[in-house]
Amino acid sequence: MLRIPCPFCGPRDHAEFSYEGDASVTYPPLDAPEEAWFEAVFLRENPRGPAEELWHHLYGCRAHLIVERDTLTHEITGARFANPAIRAALSGGEA
Amino acid sequence: MSGYRLREGGTVDRARPLRFDWDGLTLTGLAGDTLASALLANGVRVVGRSFKYHRPRGVMSAGPEEGGAIVTTGRHARRVPNEKATGIELFDGLKAEGQNAWPGVRFDIGEVNDLLSRFFAAGFYYKTFMGPGRGTWAWMQFEKLIRRAAGMGTASRDPDPDHYDIAHDFCDLLVVGAGPAGLAAARLAAEEGLDVMLVEQDFGLGGRLIGSAETVEGRAAPEWLGAACKSLERVRVLKRATAFGLYDGNVVGVYQRLTDHLANPDPQAPRGVLRIVRPRRVLLATGAIERPVAFGNNDRPGVMLAGAMETYVNRFGVAPGSRAVVATCHDGAYPAALALARAGVSTTLLDAREVPPQQLAAEAEAEGVRLMAGFVPIEARGRRGVRALQIGRLTGRGGEARSERELGCDCVGVSGGWSPAVHLVSHRGPKPAWSDELACFLPGATPAGVALAGAARGIWQTDAVIANARAAAAEAVEALTSRRPKAAAPAASGGWEAPIRPLWEVTVEGLKLKSFVDPQHDVTTADVRQAAREGYASVEHMKRYTTLGMATDQGKVGNVIGLALLADALGQSVPETGLTTFRPPFTPVPIGAFAGRARGHHWQPERRTPMHDAQADAGAAFIDAGLWKRAWWHPAHPGEDLNTAYVREARMVRETCGMVDVTTLGKIAVQGPDAAEFLDRIYVNGFARLPVMKCRYGVNLRDDGVVMDDGVTWRLAEDEFLVTCTTANAAKMMAWFENLLAFRWPALRVHVASATDQWAGVAVAGPRARAALGRALAAGDVSNEGLPFMGIIHARLRVADGEIPVMVARISFSGELAFEVYAPAGFGPAMWAALIEAVRAEGGGPYGMEALGALRIEKGHVTGAELDGRTTLGDCGLGRMASKTKPYIGKALSGRPEMARPDRPQVAHFMPVTEGETFSIGAIVCREGEVRGHGIGWITGVTAAPALGGGWLGIGFVAGGPAAWEGKTVVIADPIRGRETRVRVASPHQFDPKGERMHA
Ligand SMILES: [Zn+2]
Repeated sequence: MLRIPCPFCGPRDHAEFSYEGDASVTYPPLDAPEEAWFEAVFLRENPRGPAEELWHHLYGCRAHLIVERDTLTHEITGARFANPAIRAALSGGEA
Repeated sequence: MSGYRLREGGTVDRARPLRFDWDGLTLTGLAGDTLASALLANGVRVVGRSFKYHRPRGVMSAGPEEGGAIVTTGRHARRVPNEKATGIELFDGLKAEGQNAWPGVRFDIGEVNDLLSRFFAAGFYYKTFMGPGRGTWAWMQFEKLIRRAAGMGTASRDPDPDHYDIAHDFCDLLVVGAGPAGLAAARLAAEEGLDVMLVEQDFGLGGRLIGSAETVEGRAAPEWLGAACKSLERVRVLKRATAFGLYDGNVVGVYQRLTDHLANPDPQAPRGVLRIVRPRRVLLATGAIERPVAFGNNDRPGVMLAGAMETYVNRFGVAPGSRAVVATCHDGAYPAALALARAGVSTTLLDAREVPPQQLAAEAEAEGVRLMAGFVPIEARGRRGVRALQIGRLTGRGGEARSERELGCDCVGVSGGWSPAVHLVSHRGPKPAWSDELACFLPGATPAGVALAGAARGIWQTDAVIANARAAAAEAVEALTSRRPKAAAPAASGGWEAPIRPLWEVTVEGLKLKSFVDPQHDVTTADVRQAAREGYASVEHMKRYTTLGMATDQGKVGNVIGLALLADALGQSVPETGLTTFRPPFTPVPIGAFAGRARGHHWQPERRTPMHDAQADAGAAFIDAGLWKRAWWHPAHPGEDLNTAYVREARMVRETCGMVDVTTLGKIAVQGPDAAEFLDRIYVNGFARLPVMKCRYGVNLRDDGVVMDDGVTWRLAEDEFLVTCTTANAAKMMAWFENLLAFRWPALRVHVASATDQWAGVAVAGPRARAALGRALAAGDVSNEGLPFMGIIHARLRVADGEIPVMVARISFSGELAFEVYAPAGFGPAMWAALIEAVRAEGGGPYGMEALGALRIEKGHVTGAELDGRTTLGDCGLGRMASKTKPYIGKALSGRPEMARPDRPQVAHFMPVTEGETFSIGAIVCREGEVRGHGIGWITGVTAAPALGGGWLGIGFVAGGPAAWEGKTVVIADPIRGRETRVRVASPHQFDPKGERMHA
């Protein structure tokens, strides 16, 4: 069981979360050409080692978190709110 | 002679005899016995028969590593096969039997297999039964026979009558194992203020110190142990609790047995608890597991591990025989010889080393042990029990020996060394590291927060083990509190007086010996060598080819020997050969424990709408829709079946009116200044210009251009929308919206909240729907002018004790004049009661899911069956909805050539050419004369269609769609049911194509 340190709820079992994929992907604007979307949706890195992932605290505070996880050891070294405004609001102003 | 109870000694309660049933015999043991110790005390030697060769087997160990005494306990639904007698706590009335033998373990017809053993050697199954042609045929013929002859015990086929709990635990430090290391560590950590849990698989604390005569930190072992146990007041101690797996995040799975050892357990009490422990740190004090040396007939009843003999004498007061030979190659078996001699057993100690350790040798000889240095066991004599041991001298550096003489004896204790129990830490991935010095695998790198102590780290001397464990506990205290306890001196090294002489197997040139590595799976040293000869050079391949280590003990005893022999056969070192992967569980856990209380009704929650009871009370039948219960049909009279009812209900809606509970539709409140912009980006059609108090059907795509979901969205204010989505996708859509707002478009000023449970909804449909609503409403204009198609009004509904506020929208799913009425969920029952009265007054009634399906198939509306995650807008006939002017999610990739191919399967209606014929959902659509492969389409829904002539109607997909096939004939093939139906293809919009009915 992975333990994810939700910045709002504290450390929780990964069973409370749903995994929503690679957080390093930057989605192009909606009117970007097909090639840009093809790259964002289908061409993904498969890193061995540290990675940033998007997790949704579905059965908790429902925040979306960017979780730093080592894909080899499964070690989780950090988690922050995906939404920079929430990050700023809940950490006293630092985004 | 065989085993017997000693006149004194042991920690068993001699004042509490327990009667138990063994293979139909009534025997007596003592409180504190295991089944194994009680059987030995009763002189029972043959306890089971082996897997392939049906060789008689006895007790071989005193723990979970047991490979011989595999038994079945319990009766009827509580029958549990393949249990280890060494782990079963005796209680009054215990019933157990040997297994894998007919008619019984004492005389077993299958024993003939032993004479045919060359047919059962490694690879027999693969060579004989695998491969094309004859092999597979032979397997089909012989499988049943072989499975009956070579197998494990038989489980009950009844559902598990017991129940289990799941507990969630948290602590600072979890200590696994309550031997000297675990006890010392738990005590120190607790005294330093940590919240400590200590789990022990046994029913006693102390490990091998229980009943031991050795001196521990200058005190007699029982005294040290008593003090250690007394000091655990602040520690949560769980006995009979096995830590079976170490998982990511250092979460530990523990199974605690609660009632297995009780004669009359409370029927309400759970049998066991699965504990999911989340400690801040883990200390593994799991000890070490002794391993034997392979020699001829080393599986005969009476041959066991030396340490097990020590345990039986010291802890249980049982002698394994009256004339013992202990054979070893290291210091660690000397205490066993001492214990036997002190108990009055005539004991000979064979030490493979020419020069034995001086101090230990003197001690042993002083107790009357006959020490023979340089000697090794060659072959056990006697079939149903040892009666002599052929011994000899080593001649080389390996295990080659010269046979010398026979020693009379009735039991043989063997010890080839100790293997640290590194199972749990290995679950996390680190590979154990081989130590040439100690001839064992030591734990490799440990993950952060996990430490090992004592024998689990290859430290053998008890005092050194304790010092090491205290140091490990102190490290945990320091890590968690930044305070270093004073008591913690660095761990002393804990080797032996004289080094071990590695010995895996004793062989004699020219002598064929049957030497077992894995007794439970009947794997011999010859099998391992054969695997090497045949090219199975990887230890993982050797394991699977020979099945070494794949029995219920998972090779706890034999794996190391097997791989040492493989290394030898391949001419390489042990570390070069490697080790098979350890996986949870350490010992078996009942499947029911993982289910916990989530069985039957409690498997998952059940969702009922606020109007559920009103429908149930009126006799409705329900169907599962995800977690929801939805009314399937409403019998007009008791006993009206589904097929009659849904056709009646569908006809009723077309002719007068009907009402259906639509509460389960997903509802998401989307609020904020950018709400319209947000929906515009998600839906393929536009929402920005949707007027307030109007609603609009919308479809949204995934990033890849495939349709995700559909539903009607209501605009309640400039900055407030109520999105509805399909019942099945409600949770998914909510999470998707949240994802977009948090991750992709955090700048949008939009808030989303699930409102599914806040509103109760009823659809009223049919030509008399307006009249019915007119009757029911106290306020609200539902005329075509007051409430046009896709309009919304706030209204008031007259109920038994007053009026309730409702929202009414003019939305049609059935193709009829229809309204959806929403009330706050708490008013649901009142709303149902008010509307049903009005609907009945107009000649209508309630309808269920089956009729809803019939109406939508007739109308050609798509649902989740068509929006199946593979289809595009065009496939579903929704292409015209897509905005050409604004971008939206999925637009870019929906333009890929494959997504726009004109011959993609597209939605159509299908009707049998021959009146009265039917077909089923899931059937494939084929060209006439080309019924093969995947066809050119498939059927997603079928119904009797009263509005289209009463015949059978299907909805589904066909390549090219109605444009290519309208009016033409195809075949619907159903190979599973062996049916083919010729059907005519039609547009899905046959019913009221201009929509005059719903616009009425
Ligand atoms: Zn949270």
